[in-house]
This record gives sequence, C-alpha cells and structure tokens, in this order.
Amino acid sequence: MSADRGVVVVGASLAGLRGAEALRRGGYAGPLTLVGDEPYQPYDRPPLSKHVLAGELRPDATALPHLVDLDATWRLGQPAVGLDRAARMLRLADGSALPYEKLLIATGARARSWPVTEKTGPLPSGIHTLRSRDDAAALRAALAAGPKRVLIVGAGLIGCEAASCCRDLGLAVTLADPNPTPLARILGSRIGGVIVSCLDTAGVDFRPGTHVDAFEADAAGRVCRARLKQGAAIETDCVIVALGATRDTGWLAEAGLMADEGGLTCDVACRALDADGQPAPGIYAAGDVARTPNPLHVGRLAAFEHWGNAVAQAGHAARNMLAAEDDQQEYRHLPAFWSSQFGINIKGVGLADGADTVAVMQGSRASRRFLAVYGREGRTIAAISFDQARWLPAYAERIEAGVAFPPILGATDQSIKDFGVPDFPQPRSR
Amino acid sequence: MTEPHETGARPLRVVVDLNRCQGYAQCCYAAPEQFEMRGHEILFYDPTPPSEKQAEIARAAQACPVRAISFDTGAKA
Repeated sequence: MSADRGVVVVGASLAGLRGAEALRRGGYAGPLTLVGDEPYQPYDRPPLSKHVLAGELRPDATALPHLVDLDATWRLGQPAVGLDRAARMLRLADGSALPYEKLLIATGARARSWPVTEKTGPLPSGIHTLRSRDDAAALRAALAAGPKRVLIVGAGLIGCEAASCCRDLGLAVTLADPNPTPLARILGSRIGGVIVSCLDTAGVDFRPGTHVDAFEADAAGRVCRARLKQGAAIETDCVIVALGATRDTGWLAEAGLMADEGGLTCDVACRALDADGQPAPGIYAAGDVARTPNPLHVGRLAAFEHWGNAVAQAGHAARNMLAAEDDQQEYRHLPAFWSSQFGINIKGVGLADGADTVAVMQGSRASRRFLAVYGREGRTIAAISFDQARWLPAYAERIEAGVAFPPILGATDQSIKDFGVPDFPQPRSR
Repeated sequence: MTEPHETGARPLRVVVDLNRCQGYAQCCYAAPEQFEMRGHEILFYDPTPPSEKQAEIARAAQACPVRAISFDTGAKA
C-alpha cells in the first residue's frame, strides 16, 4: 500500500471505528484518517432511544470505547461530499480533497424525514426524528418540557422504544401505524400482537391501520394537530417521526457506484460495486450503508441496520482490505438484533420477513415470555425471543445450518401448540 | 477543522454487546453500581463510569461468561 495516501474511513460511527481498529489489529501501520459528518467521536446509538430519552444517560455518555490505539487523523464535523475514483480522492464539505489508497465507506443511514413539498409548505416545529445524538438530545429536551400528548408515527423498533420511554416519563402517547400491530414488518402481526397487549397495559393509545396525512401548526408555528387520511385528527404538541432510515449515499451520486437510498451495493467480499457491477478498486463498505448478498439468504441483497452487523462487517471488510486480490473472503453473517421496551428484552436472529409459519417453541405469548421460530418452505429461517434470550444461540446455530422447520423438538419445557401464519403486511411498493 | 491526532487521555468507556449478553448478571455482582438487571433480562449499564471504578469494570468483564463487555481506560498504549 502506498505509504502517503493510506486508508480513509468515511463515517465515524460504530462501523467506522471498529473497521479502523480492525485495520490496526490486522497490522496496518500506514496513515489512517476517519471522516465524520457529525462533530462527535464515534458513539453508540442503541441507548439514544432508551436511556437518553428517559434522561438516565446524557447524550455525550454514549461515546464508544476505543479498543485499539488508532493513531488516526480525525476529520469530524466534515461531511464527505464527493468521490473521484479515477484520482482516488475524497472531497469534503470544506472544499478540501483527501487522497486515499483504500477507502472504507461506512456512512450509515439517516432517519427518514417527513416529506416536505411545495404543497405541504414548511414543517411546523416540534416534529422530531430519532437517530443521531443531536436528535436524541433535542427530543429529550422536548419530552422533559412535558408535552400534552406525544404522537409517534411508525410502530417499528424505534417507535415502540420511544413509546415505552414516554410512558415511563408519564407522558400521554399515541402510536400510529398503518399495520394491524407494531413490529409487523420484522416479526409479523401474530407476534406483534404481544406488543399490542404491552401497549394496552402501559396505557399507550395505539392506532393501528392509521395513516397520518399532514401536520397543522398553531399561530406560533408549533405543531398542534395531525390530520389522518381517514379524516379524523389527533391533537399533539410533540411528534416523533419513526419511519425507518434511508442510507447515506447521496454524496456518491456522481461516483459511478451502484448506490441509492437503499444502500451501496457490494459483493460478498464487502467490495463496493461500480455501475457495471464490478468491484471498484480499493473501495469497501460496511455497516448500515452496505447492501450485500448474504449466503444465508440466497438471491437477496440486504443492508442491515444492526449493531452486530456493523461490528462484524467492518472487521471483515478491514480484513479483506489488507488481504491480497486472490484472498478476498466471503462475509457470512447471521443477522441479529435486540430491543428493550415495556420491560421486555426482545432479541432476534435471522430474517423473519418472508416466513410462512411461526411456532412458539418455549413459553407463551400470553405470558409475554417466549421463544418463537419462523419457517419458510420447511426450513428454519429466524427466531425471536421475548425474555428468553438463553435459548436463542441454540436456534441461531440451527438457522445458520439451514435445518428443517420446526427445529429442536422434544426439549424440556416445550410443547408446540401455538403455530400459524406470521401475518406479515404486503411488501411496500417501491 | 483537522485534529492532527488523538490527544490526551479519554475517560473510562464501557460498551456491552447486547447480542451476546445472556443476562447471567455476573457483571452486576462484580460491579453493582455500574451494571443493573431490569425485569427478567434487560441489562442497564453506565457507559462512562468514574475512573476509580476501573478495577471493578475489569472484574465485570472477566466475570462475563459470554465475554460481552468491552472497555477502554483512556490511557494511551
């Protein structure tokens, strides 16, 4: 590797940090630069929608430990705005250019914001998203001010965690989602129904089958009402838009890579692909932004917004960055996530969406403590635990091995009486 | 805006891989003020403990049966 150019990591979050550390661990001793659009050292996101909102942790307490002495140059608060692959130069927002020998793209994703058009006019104030440290700090301040009713639009993981926090703070909360239950896209409504009972117990006003159409402002320009597509309205003075994330690839628009808001497409070795589908020399990607084929999900490209994937994929990309052309190893990763909400620890492995059957293997939905597995065409593809985490690794192994569904029969404490269609919503039209 | 290199000591920082964590709660015995179980198996921890807790944090990391706890002491290698 050319000594003066070195490695540049774009994106100073979990994947960027762990990727940089893996390069050093792998013996890379040359120049190393980390570029980040936020002014902060890499921080941990999962606490933001939980303990930071709850006021238990300060936003700056989320800074991640450095596990290796990086001896790196940091360009923080400095978004990358363009990439000249021919010259191997990264362009930064301040107009400077950063030459690289190898590039690790880990720019992640941004919260999907509420669409603003000429017709809608500017958004009222008091409408939040929740992804970055600044988002969490602003939302925490808004919640601490004691809004009359918080409206959360979108009952995915972030929306549900925020709803749980708001109830812990004693705030009135409405949670609106077009699907019949929360977490419908990732778990299906059969399991998502357990969260409906949690919302009910916690006193959240859950509105399934609800489409928010527009927001109205009071005379001071603050949000005061959400209008629903069905014609009704919800009075609210604090809105959390929790509609997922779009991948941060806008800065790559002119780079000639296969990138859009769904991610930067990579090959199995985490190498970014150019517009012709060929690996771009020296360019790798990892974390939320990287859309990769996964040997465990044949024929499907996926970009995971998972903590564990950010760590593992960044480490793998770094390994390949230091390896010879003929030693580019395939990234194999079983997706895994966790969430805590309403006092329950939820953990999942594999990808449940697309399953045709779900069976409760241990515990029961009624007790809100169970382990369920998902099958597709007779194969076990995913497992989810509600306060049953110790069973999960055993199922993870079976999912990786692609065993028949249902797996692990005859274990103690087990009788499969609860199985059926998972009830996923129709895929979104794109 | 360029910061040439990392400078100075950073505070004690802790992160737990909650995919790995199985709720064995050994960390809660090793460092009771820094780790806390909530409900059946939710782990809450202090990601920025005071530096005098370093020995406790090290014991917690050692005690974890699934090696889920990472920390850095802020000291330069």
